[in-house]
Amino acid sequence: MIFPTTPSQTVGPYYAIGLPWPQGPFVVPEGTPGSVRLHGRVYDGRGALIPDHLIETWQADPDGRFADMHGAGPDGPSALEGFRGFGRCGYEEGDGSYALWTVKPGRVPGPGGELQAPHVLVSLFARGLLNRLVTRIYFADEAEANASDPVLASVPSERRSTLLADPDGDGGYRFDIRLQGDGETVFFAL
Amino acid sequence: MLSGMESRTVAWQPIADTPVAYLREGDETHPPLDSPAYKSTLLRHPRAPLLYLPQTLSEISGPALGAAARLGPLDHDLTRQHAGAPIGERLIVQGRVLDGEGKPLRGTLVEIWQANAAGRYLHKRDHWDAPLDPNFSGAGRCLTDDDGRYRFVTVKPGPYPWGNHHNAWRPAHIHFSLLGRAFAQRLVTQMYFPGDPFFPYDPIFNAVRDERARERLIAAFNVHETVPQWAQCYEFDIVLRGPAATPFEEEL
Ligand SMILES: [Fe+2]
Repeated sequence: MIFPTTPSQTVGPYYAIGLPWPQGPFVVPEGTPGSVRLHGRVYDGRGALIPDHLIETWQADPDGRFADMHGAGPDGPSALEGFRGFGRCGYEEGDGSYALWTVKPGRVPGPGGELQAPHVLVSLFARGLLNRLVTRIYFADEAEANASDPVLASVPSERRSTLLADPDGDGGYRFDIRLQGDGETVFFAL
Repeated sequence: MLSGMESRTVAWQPIADTPVAYLREGDETHPPLDSPAYKSTLLRHPRAPLLYLPQTLSEISGPALGAAARLGPLDHDLTRQHAGAPIGERLIVQGRVLDGEGKPLRGTLVEIWQANAAGRYLHKRDHWDAPLDPNFSGAGRCLTDDDGRYRFVTVKPGPYPWGNHHNAWRPAHIHFSLLGRAFAQRLVTQMYFPGDPFFPYDPIFNAVRDERARERLIAAFNVHETVPQWAQCYEFDIVLRGPAATPFEEEL
């Protein structure tokens, strides 16, 4: 028997009452070897910053293993000390930016068992979004792995760059999200 | 903002029946991102169609946050987070979190937030001229038990005006956030109360096109679980998308 799913509704403008918490942006504890700042800005269809967005991420550790409570994955769970794998960043009074503290993920198997390029899954919530937007962050300095990634290969070549986080010159990565119009980020149906 | 939820090492407990794929959902369930009657969607919906994403290990795994959450003993009781009791109708809001096969989701994190009885949120950007309640913050969270059950004690939120159109009011609602067991199951929604007079005029509620799907957003009054001389009970079951029977089915 199929139980019909509960519909999605917008997170609204006041999610900061309930969802963010101080450790939310820390996918790994501060001081984790190899940890980096992953940050960016979120824009609407007129190019204006969206101050009331909430971003969540989910990713593997550098060995390609997850902090999954059900042990998903052939290699078992992450052994990285304090690795949460999950990030959440949102503000009561935001300026359109977000920042997470994480490690670059390793490679995990794709649909046919081949390895995917390192990627971070993103859920974006905001007032005006009646359902979350799902995208993936890839890394511009992983050109070789990106070239053989099955999901990137399915994206029209002229839009692939919208999925790439660029090194920010400060040891971290920058990934901007454009909800609509010029340079619109690729979003996925999951 | 709630404190706590620090990371903690969780023993690895593989679950044999962890789904390897989830059923894909159509527009009959979730509201379309482009819903012009809700004006904030105008500049915030993507114009390009969503691209198909295969469900790989990344999508079918999910955070251990539920098991790692350090919940305070009163996190589920929004009426006891301050020195005094908040103004308003005391409610028990409870239900089950299930998947599309009716299986309970155990140990999953349920987070709620809401306006107070006057319809005012404790938020810097809520400027509506209704009183804040010094005894009400409006946030709660809990983990589901072995039967997938959750339970909150709170007060009934008031409806509140907003700027979407002339004389626009949101029906009374409680915001819900569910993590599920996989990234693919993540859901944020709103729970409404039966018979709300603002239903016909609310573009967020009505953005769900199918009337039967909208009904799944409305809690049911439960007289049997209502506690005499203490609190009314509303029952709200939440169904997260279920597993596809086989990976092949997922690809159809
Ligand atoms: Fe609300």
